[in-house]
Amino acid sequence: MPEPGAPAPGAPVRLRPCGDAALLVEVDPDGEGAAGVLGSVLALHAALRADPPAGLVDLVPAARTVLVRLRPGSDPARAAAHVRAVAARAAGPAAAAPGPAGCGTGEGRAGAEVEVPVVYDGPDLAEAAAALGTDPAGLVARHTGRPWTAAFAGFAPGFAYCVQDAPAAGGTGGAPERAWDVPRRASPRTSVPAGSVGLAGPFSGVYPRRAPGGWQLVGRTEVRLWDVGRDPPALLAPGARVRFVDAGGGAR
Amino acid sequence: MSPAGARAPRPRALEVLAPGPSTTVQDLGRPGLAHLGVGASGTADRGAHRLAQRLVGNPEGAAGLEVVLGGLRVRARGALLVAAAGAPAGLRVDGRAAATRCPVVVPDGAVLELAAPPTGVRTVLAVRGGIQVPAVLGSRSTDVLAGLGPAAVAAGDVLPVGVPDEAGCTAPVVDLAPPVRPDRGGPAVLRAVPGPREDWFAPGTLQALARTPWTAGRDGDRVGLRLAGEPLVRSRPGELPSEGVVRGSLQVPPSGLPTLLLADHPVTGGYPVVAVVVDADVDRAAQLRPGDAVRFVLLPPPATSPPGPDPRAGAAGTAPPTLAR
Repeated sequence: MPEPGAPAPGAPVRLRPCGDAALLVEVDPDGEGAAGVLGSVLALHAALRADPPAGLVDLVPAARTVLVRLRPGSDPARAAAHVRAVAARAAGPAAAAPGPAGCGTGEGRAGAEVEVPVVYDGPDLAEAAAALGTDPAGLVARHTGRPWTAAFAGFAPGFAYCVQDAPAAGGTGGAPERAWDVPRRASPRTSVPAGSVGLAGPFSGVYPRRAPGGWQLVGRTEVRLWDVGRDPPALLAPGARVRFVDAGGGAR
Repeated sequence: MSPAGARAPRPRALEVLAPGPSTTVQDLGRPGLAHLGVGASGTADRGAHRLAQRLVGNPEGAAGLEVVLGGLRVRARGALLVAAAGAPAGLRVDGRAAATRCPVVVPDGAVLELAAPPTGVRTVLAVRGGIQVPAVLGSRSTDVLAGLGPAAVAAGDVLPVGVPDEAGCTAPVVDLAPPVRPDRGGPAVLRAVPGPREDWFAPGTLQALARTPWTAGRDGDRVGLRLAGEPLVRSRPGELPSEGVVRGSLQVPPSGLPTLLLADHPVTGGYPVVAVVVDADVDRAAQLRPGDAVRFVLLPPPATSPPGPDPRAGAAGTAPPTLAR
């Protein structure tokens, strides 16, 4: 039984056509959906940034895919061969683990740990804790206990889907904790305030601005996730390391 | 409302008297930031945008106005050279008719009006020197979904126009650009490549996509265009884990009716994409009006070749020029 967050070394990629100017690289072609797939996505994204195919416009990492957008008129077959070669190298065991080693070629902030102070007083704190088989204090301890990695962005500018590092091998001998798996709210909120810290599935994220949303809200932060006057504007680019810190004296 | 009484030449600008149903500032967008959750956005009809800019001697990436269904009225501050392309909205300068797809002089203080176009949706208005509102992340485009870039154009706005010598302009060299896609009537024919998620649909879905007479829905915007027709049948329920999508993607929600994603589409989506309209045909899609007929012609996917027995083949050395299959 693989541990949550364990890398999936050597995961083959599958290339799917996406029009005449893009390729969708599926890192998890069999749809296993293990948390370790995100590590492989990050590693492939970093490798393609470092060694881009000819005509590259944009890379869009996501839950288990990397979209490779090319300039119109590029040769997708040639890009496909390049992506395949890069993917084969990136799938090596050294590159697959999430963390600074696999993210060194990300944005400027990647590699450094970004501290996000959180007041844990979110309206869904108790419900999310119950879904994880713990209480609010236990949820806070877990949320702050190990660093997270920004895996990919989406939904809104500066919104990063973060996934927590796997427990250290050997652990501390305590009771095994359940993997993050928090259901979305059955009915999304029409307006979630900026700075809200949420949970959904294996992910945690912070709303960069007021938006509708279905994530379970466990707290809030004053940190600005998105600022177009800043370079880079996103605090959390793919590969960035995040540590949530309890700023309000535990769960409220 | 009265202008300042200074004698010095006023900065060149467009003074907006009426914006029409929807007018935004657009250039060629901000590609390359999708990993930060920022879409490319930019003009919805890139061909029309480029043409209009070239007609006034601007670089193609200069910012202009994207005017939906006409209705725009602006007063020139300083003598301006403008050109309109895209949906053929009638142009008037102080009430006098002027041609589209050609450079038009608007004297200082004159009022330029765009009528509702008889066909198409979006008219691009270029001004020599470019619209010089502040850029956000390298682009002056309004991204209506992400809330980036300038606000939508409103009455009372004064949109600065650049000085041609400082904006990289060249001399305008053509008097008129003949239409390159004459409207012959009949449905808009859009070429599309199957995938990436055609395997989320019942057998025969691609044939159904190509066979169905689709019509453009009434609530299209810069984000996407919903299509009405015989719903496509999915073979799997639910949503995909979010994945990147491109302009031209035909995303299929549980209703089975595809949405064709346009300039301000979200960076990622969770609905399966059955096929993707080829890049060169997306401009045409952005000009579809509610009720317009649409047909899809499916192209073979570009050779990406399935994984071979040894995925490391070709890893050493440079990539081969083509994948022979």
